[in-house]
Amino acid sequence: MSEFSSFLLGTTIKCIVVIAVLIGAVAYTTWLERKVVAHLQIRWGPSRVGWHGLLQPIADVLKLLLKEDMTPGQASKFLYVLAPLIAFVPAALSITVIPFGNVAHFGSQTVRFQITDLNVGILFIFAVTSVGVYGVALGGWASNNKYSLMGGLRSSAQMISYELSLGLSVVSVLLVTGTLSLGQIVDLQGGRWFGIIPKWNIFVFPLFISFFTYFVSAIAETNRLPFDLPEAENELVAGFHTEYSSMKFGMFFLTEYINMITVSAIATTLFFGGWHGPTFGPLWLRGILPLFWFVSKIVAFLLFYIWTRGTLPRFRYDQLMAFGWKFLVPLSLANVVLTSLVVAWRA
Amino acid sequence: MTFDQILFYCLAAIAIISALMVITRRNPVHSAMFLITTLFSVAGIYLQLHAEFLAAVQVIVYVGGIMVLFLFVIMLVNLEVVSTERRFNKQWIIALIASAVLLVEFGYVIVRGGKSSLLPPVTGPAQDLTRKNSEQIGLMLYQNYMLPFEIASLLLLVAIIGAVILAKRRLASDK
Repeated sequence: MSEFSSFLLGTTIKCIVVIAVLIGAVAYTTWLERKVVAHLQIRWGPSRVGWHGLLQPIADVLKLLLKEDMTPGQASKFLYVLAPLIAFVPAALSITVIPFGNVAHFGSQTVRFQITDLNVGILFIFAVTSVGVYGVALGGWASNNKYSLMGGLRSSAQMISYELSLGLSVVSVLLVTGTLSLGQIVDLQGGRWFGIIPKWNIFVFPLFISFFTYFVSAIAETNRLPFDLPEAENELVAGFHTEYSSMKFGMFFLTEYINMITVSAIATTLFFGGWHGPTFGPLWLRGILPLFWFVSKIVAFLLFYIWTRGTLPRFRYDQLMAFGWKFLVPLSLANVVLTSLVVAWRA
Repeated sequence: MTFDQILFYCLAAIAIISALMVITRRNPVHSAMFLITTLFSVAGIYLQLHAEFLAAVQVIVYVGGIMVLFLFVIMLVNLEVVSTERRFNKQWIIALIASAVLLVEFGYVIVRGGKSSLLPPVTGPAQDLTRKNSEQIGLMLYQNYMLPFEIASLLLLVAIIGAVILAKRRLASDK
């Protein structure tokens, strides 16, 4: 087999596995969210379909698939169909550059647990996710519904505002690590200080500020509570996806959860050492454990997401904009200056 | 033709066709979408030149920033009202004069410049493989092109301040 065809085969297999796992993960994130929020509010949550409602996501997907697929009469047909796709594809693409495990050896084959390690990996993620805004904005516009339009407008304004502080908070990490490739950023975080503290970026001096700005802006980017104004149900029915039904709605839903997982994965990669963690035991366990650590860190972030949702009330729109522009952007700018000073002082 | 060439011609064709669509569509939202397609295919051409940084920045800045603002404004404008109003794209004479002047200028440069306008042969992308593309661009910007870079940032700053002042004045007159 030539080098090119084996590369093609390997990448295709990786893509299929990653997408399948991702969609499965999305299904069970919805279950986790419903269950955790229910317990936060002293309810049971899904408990009928399967043990502790574990089969509920499957029932939900079947229900979505069987629903009637409606298009509003005055909608701009082409864009109406295109919008969920524009939202979904970038969300799925951005997972491709994230390293989710160490290099493993199967016989003579060496497998890297990452679909591709671009040398501009982090920029690629930003480029791809910035396209996702169009899905929301166009979905709102093409539905020809005032609530949808308002939702679409709100969300595009919100997303470009918070993208600034998101990008700026990542700049500090790049200043410290000196590379744009996510694989290398994770590799640099291996090992420990004094034998105890892991060399994660979060423990490097000014980077906890960038983690704070990153995660807050990330919650806003994914349109989650307390920043979920694009779909504020008590003002806008359901925001930009009011008119969507069946699998088109399903796609928007899928996108939101994939984005949550991606954002958590990036936070893990940039600040919490990616797949690094204690490895021990026989060889097969050493191969599996990095994956396990990576997944547990993501799950921890997801639980935090759900916890915030269950705890905080929604912002008002002017509060949201003021918080983004007058607090987060100046803070992350100051943090970039501070980090540059620290890096220059150390050099 | 090599695979690279086929890819280039595809991207170039998409860029040109969608650029034509931008100026011929009646619906401004559709025009905006085609402009995004053009920007994407140009980013693809950058990738072919192994300018990964430039490609990523092209998408982040133009597609993710500027075009979202365009679309934002278009969506805020009531399109049904606009479609009944007189359009400003029927200015044949001015457009003809402008393009004639441009054609003469280009012709003059090409004829008089002779061989000096030929581009030097491409010596192969990323000759310096020890340095990554983004590193090379950074070094170039902050060493060789420091002054132009700073002037550009100053221009942008002026534009930002101008926009803020324009918006502020309107607010004051409202009260």
